[in-house]
Amino acid sequence: MLNRRTLLRRAWGSLPLLAIRNAVSLSTSLAPEKPPLIWDVHCHLTSVPGATPEDRMKEIVKYLDRMGIDRVMLSLGYPLEYNPSPQQFREENDQILRAIKYRPDRACGFVYLNPNFLKASLDEFDRCVRDGPMVGVKLLVARRCNTSELDPIVERAAMMKAAILQHTWLKVNGNEPGESTPFDVVELASRHPKVPIICGHTGGDWEIGIRVMRSSKNVFAELAGSNPTSGFVEMAVRELGAGRIIYGSDAFGRSYASQLGKVMGAEIPESARRLILGENLRNMLTPILRAKGYQL
Amino acid sequence: MIDVNVSLSRWPFRRLLGDDTAGLVARLSKRHVTRAWAGSFDGIFHKDISSVNNRLADDCSRHGPDMLMPFGSINPRLPDWQEDLRRCHEEYKMRGIRVHPNYHGYELKDSVFAELLHLATTRHLVVQLALSMEDERTQHPLMRVPPVDVSPLPDLLKSEPEARVVVLNTDVRHELEQSPQLLASGNAYFDLSMVEGVGGLAHLVEKISIRRLLFGSNYPLFYFESALLKVRESVFTNADRRALLEENSRQLVPA
Repeated sequence: MLNRRTLLRRAWGSLPLLAIRNAVSLSTSLAPEKPPLIWDVHCHLTSVPGATPEDRMKEIVKYLDRMGIDRVMLSLGYPLEYNPSPQQFREENDQILRAIKYRPDRACGFVYLNPNFLKASLDEFDRCVRDGPMVGVKLLVARRCNTSELDPIVERAAMMKAAILQHTWLKVNGNEPGESTPFDVVELASRHPKVPIICGHTGGDWEIGIRVMRSSKNVFAELAGSNPTSGFVEMAVRELGAGRIIYGSDAFGRSYASQLGKVMGAEIPESARRLILGENLRNMLTPILRAKGYQL
Repeated sequence: MIDVNVSLSRWPFRRLLGDDTAGLVARLSKRHVTRAWAGSFDGIFHKDISSVNNRLADDCSRHGPDMLMPFGSINPRLPDWQEDLRRCHEEYKMRGIRVHPNYHGYELKDSVFAELLHLATTRHLVVQLALSMEDERTQHPLMRVPPVDVSPLPDLLKSEPEARVVVLNTDVRHELEQSPQLLASGNAYFDLSMVEGVGGLAHLVEKISIRRLLFGSNYPLFYFESALLKVRESVFTNADRRALLEENSRQLVPA
């Protein structure tokens, strides 16, 4: 049976330290088990070192190998624009296309769209998802997601079974003008009750974000991009169920380590940990991945 | 493994797994921590810090005499705080103290901090300086506390060369950007609990010596594994890992 020690053994590798030797020997007393699937729904090219998308992808894979992460969902290029023009988001998406083409075994792409340019966004969706290899949509802070301009994007994504990852935050000092909250995601999700929508960062203030989305069964909590505060994952499992939680890092701004630690350190059943680390996302993406010929 | 940043008692805004001392010791033992420098959440919020430190010393000796090393709280805005410092040193035999200037309402440039640093140094106490506890964006709306401005610290350390200050709970890279003189302050040490970015520790030790970086988890407020996995994410030599996880802190505070 898989347990936390096995997960940590995979992530720790062989830290050759007196201080951790006990931990490693504890782990090695277990029978070899199939490692968990770890898929990261939230990774960006933006601040990765490297002159080209391929260089940056190489750098990402170096760390994925080190941390035992199987695959990342990649979005946002460089320089990152928060309210990109159509030309700008096309350029960023081109970088993602190059990166995932370089390592299709380790990365899938989420297309970056800007609802302030709806027609161009729908065309970009068609270019990158319908006619291209990408499997999801990434929406950032250009426009709050409760507005009707989001509806055609959600409908287009739903037709292709593409995932939707919407950035959200609940800042006590106030959100940016176009920055969505979990309330906005819930409003959007209520208009599309059969479409799963991933609430990025769970609003950051997760104790509020989880409550906001609790009754909206098609909204998924995503763990990335906040301090690794104890209790986040336990509360999410308790209130939403493990089937509605998805691991993400927000790398390279955040470390894979600090964000993986939320799941590794949580006192939850091992079956729940496996769902959160990768199985939920794989299940969500399986139809579109199969349609595009990805190996699962 | 030595963890220089754990806290006893309760965080006021949520219950934490491990916020009972016996539970904390059990969880740290399971994670193969052999020694932990323990402060108290109560020391941030309570006015009666004398009883906080008394309780901290008692809890450490009762529940983890071989593991928990108490670091008493000092609030130099309280009357007769010097007596708290004396008790920490002389009665409880503490090896260091922990301060929270932002929660206690003073800045490092205030003369009272220089006095505290001097008195603690005279007593050969390590001073743990916590710059923050939470992400400022997600604090309780009635308890918004900005992080400590660390920029006066280099000059203070220059005038107090024997001081040993461990800066807790900050992404050190940010602090170094704000105050590059910290690089030259050889008596400032940093814990890794809030160091962020992929490979963040490796990038950090390109700027400061590995000897000035300590393993601190901010447990139980943070997941312990987040700190531990950072060590895995950055590639270190065996000697550097040993320094980071154990030797650096042991040199600061020998057993």
